[in-house]
Amino acid sequence: MSTILAVLVDGVIYASWLFIIAAGLTIIYGVMRILNMAHGSLYALGAYAAASLAGAWLRAGLAPMASYAILVLSAVLVGVTVGPLIERGLLRYTYGRDEVVLVLVTYALFLIIEDSVKLVWGVESYFISEPYSLLGNVELGALSYPVYSGVLVLAAVAVGVALRYGIYGTRYGKLLIAVIHDREVSATLGINVNRIYLVTFTLGTTLAAIGGALTAPTVSVVPGMGVEVIVLAFAVVVIGGLGSMPGAALGALIVGLVRSAAVHFFPQVELFSIYVVMALVLAIRPRGLFVAAEARKI
Amino acid sequence: MSSFRRNTLGLGAALAALAVAAPLVPRWALFLVVISLAKGLVALGLLLLMRTGLVSFGQGLYFATGAYAAGVAANTFHLGDGVILVLAGGLAAAAVAAVLGLLLARYRAIFFAMLSLAFSMILYGLLVKTSALGSTDGFNVAPKTVFGLSLSAATGPGRYGVYALAALCAFGTAVAVDRYLRSYLGRLAPAVRDNELRVEYMGASVRNVVHLNLIIAGALAGVGGAVTALAVGHVDPEMAYWTTSGEFVFVAILSGTASVAAPFAGALLLELLRSFAYEHAPNTWQLVMGSAMLAVILFLPDGLWSVFRRRRRAAA
Repeated sequence: MSTILAVLVDGVIYASWLFIIAAGLTIIYGVMRILNMAHGSLYALGAYAAASLAGAWLRAGLAPMASYAILVLSAVLVGVTVGPLIERGLLRYTYGRDEVVLVLVTYALFLIIEDSVKLVWGVESYFISEPYSLLGNVELGALSYPVYSGVLVLAAVAVGVALRYGIYGTRYGKLLIAVIHDREVSATLGINVNRIYLVTFTLGTTLAAIGGALTAPTVSVVPGMGVEVIVLAFAVVVIGGLGSMPGAALGALIVGLVRSAAVHFFPQVELFSIYVVMALVLAIRPRGLFVAAEARKI
Repeated sequence: MSSFRRNTLGLGAALAALAVAAPLVPRWALFLVVISLAKGLVALGLLLLMRTGLVSFGQGLYFATGAYAAGVAANTFHLGDGVILVLAGGLAAAAVAAVLGLLLARYRAIFFAMLSLAFSMILYGLLVKTSALGSTDGFNVAPKTVFGLSLSAATGPGRYGVYALAALCAFGTAVAVDRYLRSYLGRLAPAVRDNELRVEYMGASVRNVVHLNLIIAGALAGVGGAVTALAVGHVDPEMAYWTTSGEFVFVAILSGTASVAAPFAGALLLELLRSFAYEHAPNTWQLVMGSAMLAVILFLPDGLWSVFRRRRRAAA
């Protein structure tokens, strides 16, 4: 019984983390039709920025409880600087090219950011465990969980609610939906599509960076930490359907639960259980769970 | 002179140049050429797929399959000769491609890229967890002979065995692929890329064309993997990781789809660049690679080879 509880709790915690990252990936694809291979690197950037800034904050002996705000703040900082830099500096020259070409462009970007991170932060690893240990543990039946994991779950729920309200509840969100449906018609109706793209990419980047910043206290921040994240986030959004926000949520839950079940029951299949699920979903629903198949054009 | 014959002569001249160069250049350069030829074989397979309009982010799957098949054939079945090992690698990868192709041939564009990536990550996960195949460490592969010549001898022609094998594989496949591109099925590939539905209206099976190209690309990647296993003497799961596949895509983009020789030239350029970058600035290697890739995509969408072609057209 406690094993099943552990599977569920572990799965939900892992899913929360995945959802924050995958939400950024899927919103960028939904609006801009760019499958951003550099998303994992932006996640790593967020983690590095958080480790440096929150680390400096704690070393300076300032209020440790405020370090949580610093984590989020550093992620937003990464988002609003790096996001526009990439979109204005590079991506806008590639709009209108084939989707696969855009995958290659962002793959090149991934390579560039990976090394830029090494140039800025070096190859040693960074630790900031204070925000993780500060909150202590909570007993769930026979199991003990860090309260910080609960913070992660709450953050994911907050991101989900905020995105849902932002897209369906505000004027700007409605413009976004218009652009998703038809870029050209939106432009003729006077919507500033370029600005929507800029905002979307910045938002997606910020979400990736928040994912990284919230992970930073739980792991050691090392070069290459974004490499595996990107294929996991891909699995999530492909399972749910590219560009679909509920799809990202369900995909994250599926991947999170499958992985934690694999870890608890069949540890030897942990790594590839996720990709088996992804291959299965694609085999049955080629465009993912939440996206209907498209008719072929002549 | 037909362009096929001209291409074959050109490739033959390249083969002759490789043969003449063998005793003249240092060992590390020979190794570099072997690795380039092996990667060029994988990129040649990607060229076929790109002509069909598909970009695979999972060629590492077939690359690793070929390498592991060659390794298992050498260590478990004690097949000593490099020629047989390379054949085993190519056949194993082709078989895997034939099975996965049943599913993959239904997908296009981004979904094809993602599904092929998922399959390669499945193999990576399997290899990492299979202790019989050395888990994360992989295992050593020690071929004894190539063409019946002993590889362990310090002197004699056996020293160039793997090099000669790689060169002959590259030459043979390049000529065969050049021939294939001129055949009925080969010419269908760009048509599929341009408009599938029209190809089907004209009575051809799009799925069969895609499936066939998948199998050929898989076999080429398998041969490349087997050659790499022989040259390096070691295989590990990293060969199936998605970043390995990304590097193959990089070579294919760099080379473009204009010529069957381009992938080999592109792979050689990559390996040369890499050797020098590792020597002088080890932490900026990916930065250089990424920037080069961006430059090619933005300014030379048909690959580096298109520079030659444009000049030739201007001269004519």
